[in-house]
Amino acid sequence: MNEQSKYNQLWQLLASHLKEVIREPGVLFWGIIFPILMSLGLGVAFTQNQDTLRKVAVILHSTPNRIDSLLLYYTDSADSSGDGVSYKLTIKNEQMGSTTFRFYSMSWDEALVALKRGVVNVIIAETYGEIEYHFDPRNPDAQLNYLKLTKYFGTGRKTIIENTENINPLTLTGTRYIDFLIPGLLAMGIMMSTMWGLSYGIIEKRSKKLLRRMVATPMRKSYFLISFMTVRMLMNFAEAVLLIVFVWLVFDITIQGSIPALFAIFIAGNIGFAGLAFFVSCRTAKTEIGNGLINVIVMPMMLLSGIFFSYHNFPDALIPFIQQLPLTLVADGMRSIFIEGAGLLQIAVPTTILFVGGIVFFLLGLRFFRWY
Amino acid sequence: MSVHPLVQVTDVYKSFKAVKAVNGLTFQVDQGQFLALLGPNGAGKTTMVEMIEGIQQPDRGEILIDGKKWKHHEEEIHRIIGISLQETQYIDKLTVHETLALFASFYHLPKNRVDEVIGIVRLEEKQKAYVVNLSGGQRQRLALSIALLNQPKILLLDEPTTGLDPAARREVWDILQKLKKESGTALILTTHYMEEAEQLCDYIIIIDHGLILKEGTISQLLKVEKDKKIVEFTLRNDHLPAGTDSDHSIFRIHWNKELRKGSVELNEFDKELPEFLEFLHSKKFTIEHLESRRISLDDLFISLTGRHLNE
Repeated sequence: MNEQSKYNQLWQLLASHLKEVIREPGVLFWGIIFPILMSLGLGVAFTQNQDTLRKVAVILHSTPNRIDSLLLYYTDSADSSGDGVSYKLTIKNEQMGSTTFRFYSMSWDEALVALKRGVVNVIIAETYGEIEYHFDPRNPDAQLNYLKLTKYFGTGRKTIIENTENINPLTLTGTRYIDFLIPGLLAMGIMMSTMWGLSYGIIEKRSKKLLRRMVATPMRKSYFLISFMTVRMLMNFAEAVLLIVFVWLVFDITIQGSIPALFAIFIAGNIGFAGLAFFVSCRTAKTEIGNGLINVIVMPMMLLSGIFFSYHNFPDALIPFIQQLPLTLVADGMRSIFIEGAGLLQIAVPTTILFVGGIVFFLLGLRFFRWY
Repeated sequence: MSVHPLVQVTDVYKSFKAVKAVNGLTFQVDQGQFLALLGPNGAGKTTMVEMIEGIQQPDRGEILIDGKKWKHHEEEIHRIIGISLQETQYIDKLTVHETLALFASFYHLPKNRVDEVIGIVRLEEKQKAYVVNLSGGQRQRLALSIALLNQPKILLLDEPTTGLDPAARREVWDILQKLKKESGTALILTTHYMEEAEQLCDYIIIIDHGLILKEGTISQLLKVEKDKKIVEFTLRNDHLPAGTDSDHSIFRIHWNKELRKGSVELNEFDKELPEFLEFLHSKKFTIEHLESRRISLDDLFISLTGRHLNE
């Protein structure tokens, strides 16, 4: 029989998995458009000098007192817009953006409710002629409000312009928040896409009894797994390339380190997460259980691995542990390539850990895998 | 030609915790033979078929496919069997043709085989449609076409028409009847539809609680009951007064309240029918409609278990 006229098993499996993914519009949106929108939203939010608005509660008494006179002196006159704002104070700053304080006059009980709801985070009151600031000292935002207000009350200056001559804004590529964020988003994209795409895909096929139907044929099981992983890796690659091109065009982010190193950590990350995803999905046929298992893996890493904000703010004892998490390994590796100019040598250790870890979890998954 | 049966099941047992799903079944299927495993839900039909398919392992007993055990012969057996599992959902966003091409690749089949089976199951017009857009009957025909791809020696169909409307069921039956005429394929079919077993199969095994209750050809099964007839009737006053169908009556009348229809088994039809009419007359019932029919497999199942097949 003519070999040309026969179907090739591996090719058919690859094509089927790929068609299954790309024919689902939701997959394209959440896999490709959403990460780009997220980078755009976060990038714009953290790179623009924006005027900020801060709300403060003031406890005024029926008879004029020190707070009244203080606010009357330093702020604009009482607002008549009817939104409850009694006074406004704007601290101008060209480098960091202006800060406008809005002072809301209310009773002590109302102020406490507003504080609990997060409407205000500082209450200014007067006790025996002394002005007192009430706020949670562990709330950094409240601390900042307190520091700003106490700095300017008492200066005698009616128009407040912050002295920013000694501030040198870091706008060089590589030092901005967006430069920190993008490698993390790329790493997170690999994790989410692989964990959900691969685990959920396998569990769903098992729950639909398609897996048992397929292995009731002479199908080579290894081809099935290889094709599944290859398609996911191709999708991840497309997602990553589109995101990199987008942030290069919009935020001027470039890869300062070695491209082969970036490719190596990308492949290692894919293998690491694919192994983990395969292990997670090796037994269950219930998508609800699959949801839980995947979340148990991805949620702690989302919180700890420093995707949006540095993990160095966590207690020192936790940091060595956090640094060994797969998502941290990929994110830190990518950051070192993107913004520190790292090469293959610098990312050899995380790449090896991810690669070996992925293979170990894959073999464990294979040991316990339930086809039926 | 092989001297052994295509499928030989010998004293097979399978339990799930406390439930004995299959409790010592023995039967065989020869080349070209169509066999039905007929029984209600939970009778052990699917467990038995899945053991033949190699999906489950028996606790005890032996299963030989074409003289071979599953162990060490997986690849060979996969190539000679074609199966359709209960409730398999294929990939939603693949077309009928793509789905068949995928499965054809597992058997390393030539491309024209896909077109052939599409023709056999009459899905030509739907070959470019996504699986998700197929009707229940079309999906079952797709499952059947996948089972037929490798021209199997033995076809195993697990409830292939469950949930289908009568027209769609008839279409599947037509395909299988044509297959029976034109190919030497043997079939093991599980069903709880007696008509399906009667229409398609040469040999029927009635099972319940993992045990064989009765087996034979349709004529063998109903032979001993040939003088027995079922009389079904409706009454002008529309209902049967309480107590008439109790054990104390001469005739054991089953009264279906929903259908407002009665039925009675007459062991010697010629002799007992006048007596039955006299009995109704004595009770001052006026018959509106009456018909008699031969006993069916369902009646046989009721006489063996007290339950309907599709309960």
